[in-house]
Amino acid sequence: MKNYFQDLDKAFDNKIRLGIMSVLMVNEYVDFNELKQLMSLTDGNLASHIKSLEKSEYITVNKSFLGRKPNTKYSATELGKKAFNKHVDALEKILKGGK
Amino acid sequence: MEEKIQKELSHIRAMMERSTRFLSLSGWAGILAGIYALTGAFFAYKIIYRSDTIIYYDITGGIFSKGAITLLGIALAVFLLTLATAIYTSSATARKSGKTLWTPAALKMLYNMAIPLLTGGILSIILIQKGTIGLVAPITLIFYGFSLVLAANYTYSNVKILGILEIIIGVIGAYYQGYGLYFWALGFGVLHIVYGVFMYVKYKK
Repeated sequence: MKNYFQDLDKAFDNKIRLGIMSVLMVNEYVDFNELKQLMSLTDGNLASHIKSLEKSEYITVNKSFLGRKPNTKYSATELGKKAFNKHVDALEKILKGGK
Repeated sequence: MEEKIQKELSHIRAMMERSTRFLSLSGWAGILAGIYALTGAFFAYKIIYRSDTIIYYDITGGIFSKGAITLLGIALAVFLLTLATAIYTSSATARKSGKTLWTPAALKMLYNMAIPLLTGGILSIILIQKGTIGLVAPITLIFYGFSLVLAANYTYSNVKILGILEIIIGVIGAYYQGYGLYFWALGFGVLHIVYGVFMYVKYKK
């Protein structure tokens, strides 16, 4: 049997990062406050996980202004979507293999 | 290990669902909305069919008699009560499951509903002004139905069935003019109660 554990993505071994990516898989873009609300997180906590996903180029950031207020939107990159699908595939295969 | 993976997968599913669908809709909102509509229709019936003057001519003639104003008051009261109840029951449901009410999905749903609802509302005002009052009840049913069909993309998908039924009742009502109030009571009253009970039984909220 193939060892599917090696297909699991380190970027998604954290619940918050996995959550951010799940939301971005089904939404074209989501802004910072929406993410914060969806996962009931604090600013700092969310920001650090977003940074790390940004570093692995799984998400892109789009900064703009809504009137005077800064508005930051996030969306998943193609690379991120591929990585997420691979990760979920691996999870499902491990689950099947274990039975 | 298996349990941990199950948890991870259900976390993914929950986040996807929570960010795209508004699921704090309560069956109670439907049941109460139906009761308000039936109560309103009952009083409207008494005014329209049991009053000395013929309200229909009052309104088309641009005369806002006491009866006509009461009728508009009833419509406004039913609308406001329904809106307040929907917001109150939904926020209670959201709080119970530890969620907030105004999620991006909820806002998207409201935005999509607003388009046909405003169109139908403006159209109704024009119809009243032009004297084709018989079409107001079917038009409100049809446009409300459209708003539900759109809303279904952002909440429970079975809302679409309710929307299609409202449209069908509206179209049939447009054919049988003069019975607008009966079709209105069926669509806004009876259907809402039936749907509300169904939701309450199915989702226990």
